[in-house]
Order: sequence, then C-alpha cells, then structure tokens
Amino acid sequence: MGRTLLDKVWEAHTVRELPSGQTQLFIGLHLVHEVTSPQAFQMMREQGLTVAYPERTVATADHIIPTDTDVRPFRDEQAEGMMAAIERNCREFGIRLFDRSSGHQGIVHVIGPELGLTQPGMTIACGDSHTSTHGAFGAVSFGIGTSQVRDVLATQCLAIQKPKVRRVSVDGALRPGVYAKDVILHIIRTLGVKGGVGYAYEYGGEVFRRMTMEERMTVCNMTIEGGARCGYVNPDEATFAYLRGRECVPSGSAFDDAVVWWKSMAADADALYDDTVRLDAGAIPPVVTWGINPGQAIGVDERIPPPDAFAADERETAVDAYAYMDLKPGTPIIGTRIDVAFIGSCTNGRLSDLREAAKIAKRGKVKPHVKALVVPGSQAVAKAAEAEGLHEIFRSAGFEWRLPGCSMCLAMNPDKLSGRQICASSSNRNFKGRQGSPSGRTLLMSPAMVAAAAIEGVVVDVRALLAGTH
Amino acid sequence: MSQLKPVRRVTGRPIPLRGNDIDTDRIIPARFMKAVTFDGLGQYVFQDVRFDAEGRSLGHAIDDPRYQAKGPRIAIVNKNFGCGSSREHAPQALLRWGITALVGESFADIFFGNCVALGIPCVTASEADVASLMSAVEADPAHDLSVDVEALTATFRGKIYPVDVPTGARQQLLEGTWDATRVLLEAAAAVRATAARLPYVRSFRR
Repeated sequence: MGRTLLDKVWEAHTVRELPSGQTQLFIGLHLVHEVTSPQAFQMMREQGLTVAYPERTVATADHIIPTDTDVRPFRDEQAEGMMAAIERNCREFGIRLFDRSSGHQGIVHVIGPELGLTQPGMTIACGDSHTSTHGAFGAVSFGIGTSQVRDVLATQCLAIQKPKVRRVSVDGALRPGVYAKDVILHIIRTLGVKGGVGYAYEYGGEVFRRMTMEERMTVCNMTIEGGARCGYVNPDEATFAYLRGRECVPSGSAFDDAVVWWKSMAADADALYDDTVRLDAGAIPPVVTWGINPGQAIGVDERIPPPDAFAADERETAVDAYAYMDLKPGTPIIGTRIDVAFIGSCTNGRLSDLREAAKIAKRGKVKPHVKALVVPGSQAVAKAAEAEGLHEIFRSAGFEWRLPGCSMCLAMNPDKLSGRQICASSSNRNFKGRQGSPSGRTLLMSPAMVAAAAIEGVVVDVRALLAGTH
Repeated sequence: MSQLKPVRRVTGRPIPLRGNDIDTDRIIPARFMKAVTFDGLGQYVFQDVRFDAEGRSLGHAIDDPRYQAKGPRIAIVNKNFGCGSSREHAPQALLRWGITALVGESFADIFFGNCVALGIPCVTASEADVASLMSAVEADPAHDLSVDVEALTATFRGKIYPVDVPTGARQQLLEGTWDATRVLLEAAAAVRATAARLPYVRSFRR
C-alpha cells in the first residue's frame, strides 16, 4: 500500500521509537522568535546544555516589535528587554538572528519560506502554533511549547506522537472574489475547531493544485485553528519554481538533486488515509467570522445563525459569542460597522495579499471613522510592495503603511484595539481579547474583504465591489 | 538536568472551569507574555474573563471563595481545552496558580504536550462523567479530588470515574521521563546517523 508524505517524512526523520511509544523525531529546521524562546535559553543555561545543531536554528523578532519605528531602545521597556534577550541568546548560543538591520526581518512564517529555509520533505518546529504554514511546501511542521524549544535546541529532536492523516480535498473552481482565506475559513467552519485534533491535514484536489505557494501558505497557516497541529500540500512544480534561486536553496546540479528527493517525498498515488473529506470549491463564498473562534463563521451574505443551528457542544460558546460580540442571531453580518481594519499577519501579510487588498484600496478612501493599517509580513515583502508602488496606493487611500511584524494579530506591540472596537482583520484568531483590548472584537476575513470594509466603513461583500455594482 | 520525577497520582482540591474551546489567549492574554521568565504568571491566569474594564470581579471560578483552598488544585474542564496559541505560558500560568492536573472531555494537542512536558497530567473522561463530576464538586467543593495516572481513575468523595491518558504520555508520567530532554540526549549517536541520511542536511551535495 502507498504511503503519504507524512509517512515518508516521519520515517526519514525517525531517530528511534521511544519506550513511551512516541517517536524521537529529528527536526530539520528550528525557527525561533523572541516571545517563546527566552525561557528555553534560560533552561539551557541552568541545565548546562549546549545547542546541538546551531546551524539548523534561525531566529527573528516579530511578535513584540513596533511597526512605527526602528529606533532602539523601544519605548516599551518590556519589549526592549525581550529584544535584548534574543540578541544576547543568539550571540551566546551561536544562532543566526534576522533583525531589522539584516534586511531579512519579518514574521517567522513569512521569512522561512522567502529565504528558502523551508523546503519539502523537512521537519520544521517553532514555538508558535502557526508553524503549520510551512506545510505549504510539503514539510511536516509543528507548533511547540517552550520546553520543547529547549528540547530542540539541546537535541535537534522532539518526542512526539505521529498524527493520523485526513485528506481534505477541494475540487472544482473557486468563484471570483473568493480567496485562499475563504477556503480555510470554510474548511474550519465545516470540520469544526476541534475536528482536527489528533490529525495532520493533507490538502489536495484541483483548488490546491492551482493555488500559488502564497495561497497554500494561507491555508496551511490556519490548520491549527481547526485543531490539527500540522497541515500540508504535496510538493509539485509550483513548489519547486518558488524555491529555485532563493537564498538558502541549493543551486545548479544540487537543485536538480533536491527536486528528485522532494518529488520522492510526495504521497504515492495509492496512499492510504485515516480519513478523507471532499468539499466543493464552487460552494465556498467569501467567509467572515462573527464570533469568538474561527469556526464561528458564515458566508458574507448569510445571517448570524440561531443557537439551535449549533451542535449541543457548540451552543454554549455561540451564546457566549452573541453576548461578547453584541451581535444578535438572525442579523446579517453585512453592514456591521467597523472601527479598525488590519491587513497583515503570517496568514495574509505576503505580497499577493497586499496586491489583492491594493486593488480594492484603489477604488476609494478609508472612511474617516476607520483606522486602517497595512503591516507587511517581512522586510522583503515591504521592499517588493514598495517597488510596485503598493504603499502609495494604500497611503493615498488613507491606510497607514507600517514596518513588518505580527502587529495587531496578537497585539504584543503598541498596535492594539481599544475598548470594544470592532476590527476587520486579515489575521487568524478572533478569540476574546486577541487584538489587545480585553473587550475588543475581531471579524476575520480575506485581505480584499478587509480593504473593502475599510473603504465602506462596514462589512461588505467584496464581490459586489469587484463587479462594480456596489 | 532535572531529576526523574514520576507522576503516578495527583491529589488536590478541584475547581471546575466550565466551557468548550477555551483558548490559551483566554488562559493567559498575550500582554502578560512580555517577560523573559514564567514567574508571576499565576496571578494573571484567566485575567480578562475574571475582571471587567474597571477591575470589578466577574465572578469567575478562579475568584470564587469556595475554590480558594491552599495547596494543589485539579481543574475540571470540558472539550478542546487549551486550543489556539502554542504558548506554554498557559500551562505555566495554571501551574503557578496551583493547578497540577486536569480532568476534561478533551484537550488541544499542543496544550496537552506542553502539560506533559511540565509533568501535569491531562486525563480525559466521558462527557457524562465530566458533567457529573463538575456538579458533584460545585455542590460540595471542600473535598479532595484524586487523579490516578496508573489506575486510570479519578476519585471524588468515594465515587470513582474511569479516565484515560494516551499510552505514551501515561508512560512518560509514570516513569518520570516527561521532561524529554534527558531521554532525547541519550540517542546522540543515532541523531547524528539520522541527520547524515537526510540529503538536505548536507545541502544535497553528493
């Protein structure tokens, strides 16, 4: 019987089976950022450990970094302390750090792929749940906790249980105005926020075959919001074309050899899956979340569902969400007034996301009551976007054009909601308080939908704008 | 390196934390992660659902006078507890508040692994048993709850509930190998051999 990519990658990286039944798994690439690593480095010091493979760990600063200034020290002393800690830790332990002076700084899940650090057939770990992003390349990539960051630093390994594999196949064609973000929000609302617990999601079918690498990254990124720790797409010609010529990708005949190995890691045609789900691309609308988890989402032209539309174990959370969001069942999501618009994050902070948002931004001006931010995912994204003049389009439409970082996705830097503000956001989580105000509210949607909401001041259907009928 | 500390049985006063899909942002909001240590996180556990904007108590279980007993506590939770962000700050905050074990219907994968790495057992019980246990505790909280990782039971006021833990995690807890670094370091030669077989580790040079 044929094997999945997960089977092959797992086997190639298995050091040994542990007595516990878990696998000691070699980690090919370890990505580190300033928030979940300082305690791990401290444990290394206290336990007298050294980094086993310093060349296989790469660090950047993204979560706490301000997006309005490069000036050090940062105004926020705690943020400055964390920045100083990662600088010191990387220096002491011999780890490459991509800071703002490197020209390669950015959100860890944006810079890994753009530098070509992320490659097919690898195992990748990072103290960040959105590490699933790298699965877009056919890597097996996990979010881990800080104790596990220490494990990887000290041993380049994890003790981990092999997940089951669910193939999520989306066939047919996406309708105009429907983006990768809508595909993953639709998958999560269909399979549920806990549907993926214990699974890796393999994304396949026509829609994923046609997607660009950046679109695949958007989908894989939010896999964790569906409960699956890891999500991936089998590598193909689009993957290889993206990687060719990138800084950390081999060149010449080594590249050809790499492609041969990468291809060999893709699923066999007769691979066996633990579960299979098929979805119809044509049925996917632009999706907007209305609640307090990414599964509480509806088509933009639908109404907020009543309590009895939910399974018993989701009803209570729905009732909690109506109250927190102050949105009543039966009301349309279209027309919901927004206060803030955020375009960026490891989900949707790449060049193609900014291009789609800019197409919409060209059509109008940000409503005076809306604060609108565009935060590129990395310095490289910013540079490429500026070369195309996207920053000028955004600025002249009334958006602020910021420096790269995680910014208002989780608001560990000064970019925060205040009070009960509602934010149309291209990020990945609408949890209570996620965007920095304990009572702040988040509506997740595609970058184009966020741009449309910014210029209309309310949630709108981007398809109407694109068709010119709005 | 830390000593082997088997976790066979955990006993403490129970605290029900009701709700499905309680995410780690709710357990510990991101602004409290702006620190280079985990110290002091305990006081901020569930901060934003405990107090309103003016700092008034919202009556969360964490502040309920009935659940303020000194010593170790055991949380009782519903489905998909600890979903969302991978932040170990969440189990660290719970641990520093006093929670040394959890009984629940189900746990999110990363949260579960983070708990194991700290020697905190997360055991699962059926929906009906969790409901029954929560009600029994709420009716009379001033008794210990015991979680037995070896016997796979949770016992409250003489009533025994069957619980489950995945085999691997159970063995790590029982053997005291939940702090994985030591175990992983044992195989350094095998790690080098595995790395040497991976073509990308040698940059695809033949």
